[in-house]
Amino acid sequence: MSHITPVNRKARLIAKLVLDAPETARAMSLPDPPFGCTTIFAPGWEADSAGGTSTLCTPIERDLYDCYHSCYWPAQVPDALTNFPKWANSCGAPVKDWTSTDLVFP
Amino acid sequence: MTAFAATIYRRLVVDDAIWVYASSSAAVLRLDGVSDSVLSAFPPKTGCTIEDGLALASASPHTADIPRGDIESTFRELVGLGLLRPVGEKLPPVATVPPMPYPLTTLVINVTNTCNLSCTYCYEYGEDKLADRERSDGSARRSAMTADTAIESIDFLFRESVGRPEITVTFFGGETLLNWAVIESAVTHARNKGRLENRKVNFSLTTNATLLTDRIIDFLTEHQFGINISIDGEEGDHDRHRKFKSGQGSYEVILPRVKALLAKNKAARGRPIGARVTLTRGTKDVRGLFRHLTEDLGFDEVGLAPVTAAKDRDYAFEPTDYHLLVDAFGSLANDYVDAAVTGKHHGFSNLSDLLRELHTGTNKAHPCGAGLGLLGVSTEGDLGLCHRFVESGEHEIGSIHSGIDNEKRTAFLEAGHISKRVDCHSCFARPICSGGCYHEAYVRTGDASAPNLHACDWIRAWADIGLKSYARIMERNPSWFDRHEVPT
Repeated sequence: MSHITPVNRKARLIAKLVLDAPETARAMSLPDPPFGCTTIFAPGWEADSAGGTSTLCTPIERDLYDCYHSCYWPAQVPDALTNFPKWANSCGAPVKDWTSTDLVFP
Repeated sequence: MTAFAATIYRRLVVDDAIWVYASSSAAVLRLDGVSDSVLSAFPPKTGCTIEDGLALASASPHTADIPRGDIESTFRELVGLGLLRPVGEKLPPVATVPPMPYPLTTLVINVTNTCNLSCTYCYEYGEDKLADRERSDGSARRSAMTADTAIESIDFLFRESVGRPEITVTFFGGETLLNWAVIESAVTHARNKGRLENRKVNFSLTTNATLLTDRIIDFLTEHQFGINISIDGEEGDHDRHRKFKSGQGSYEVILPRVKALLAKNKAARGRPIGARVTLTRGTKDVRGLFRHLTEDLGFDEVGLAPVTAAKDRDYAFEPTDYHLLVDAFGSLANDYVDAAVTGKHHGFSNLSDLLRELHTGTNKAHPCGAGLGLLGVSTEGDLGLCHRFVESGEHEIGSIHSGIDNEKRTAFLEAGHISKRVDCHSCFARPICSGGCYHEAYVRTGDASAPNLHACDWIRAWADIGLKSYARIMERNPSWFDRHEVPT
């Protein structure tokens, strides 16, 4: 920063973050970006105005698998990568019967 | 197109340099003509488009030979630093209390409710007292703490401060030395317990010094007490309010005892001893008072506290009196800066505290640690938000026996959080003030979580004094602040 001098400790800390910020932004434009729902647009878990899911273009049941298979996001659904590879084995067609997925106890 | 507006900040010109204190973060920055022109081109609240703002900045004489790219990158930096933000930006919600139970660091133990003085301005005994001296059944409360309760209080602090390697026990009163035996028992117990648990225990105490003896002085220095002596200056100032019940002033009695304490502590290289001065409307020569306490008597630190009182008391400061305080504190601050630039200690502890906060960039969500890391204990073991609130009924939050009432504690902290003090949101001094003392607010307004609006002019003027002093020391002797640096 050529026209601003950060003086106190807080200012120096923030300035460091501001100057480092472009590096963070560049990571997303690398040839091989990290994959997952946070880097692509996914509508998320939703319900229609009547509380149902059948009218949605991306229903909640599909979203379950979005997080389960393609994205390591253990806070939302059991993760297939390490801990719960068999979580959805009992449920072949989740749009019809997503409730038959297993309960897990992390 | 998105409009950008200036957020709340304070801009000061100190010795021809431009200094800015950003209230969103408590960052202190020095600007040159270019960054100052860019910042001032964007008005607060309504803001303007980037294009209009940068056009205005480019028209300034300070940016005449500056390439456009430089001005644009300065704009982006000001955005990153939080001084310019998009109009209508939605900020993420903030937590109003830390995860509970929050471990204590300090317990203020009221060892006695009685005092051998009758200071006219005292909030403990005067017209503004909050403490209820009777229990709910009408029986009288115990005026002095027993050794058992003091020891239980120490155990309580150890229990409620798990994970803290260092804790502090502060003894308070009334006049603490009236219950000296209990203090000795508590200190011995805390020392032993600290040794067993491998934790450091610090002690501090406030006293009017009337009962200091050689034996007490030896004990205090041996245990490295942080000591605050209540003393209001030279004899005339001191005796105006600090009197015995007979009406006789206390200066003559305390003088030899204070001198003995200071001499012994200096020889033992003890912790700095502070004079705690209550300023009233009648205090005239604050600089002279300060010099008397530091040079004539040898106090290491002097802290000045404007009296806490309801507004119709004749010794209370009124909002219109704030210039009296500004002049007094400002002249001491100038002396402080002169000392600091030559690497000398000055001892104006109010300014030391403020400068430490400005240098680190403290941004307070609550005005003080009351109810967070600090609690007060009454003589009978009831817990209050701080020592000033013990036995005040609605502000009790449990007892050392039954534990902290975390529901009441959380409710109070939520109500006192800066996000609820809407009046403070437009003030540049918010990070260091955060609405001010709960107790003072309660005495003035009957609501402990209300901001102290009667003190705003004074607080902003004091923040200016602090910022100017900080700027001057930083320009001339920045290594003065090395003591506040921590490895990052």
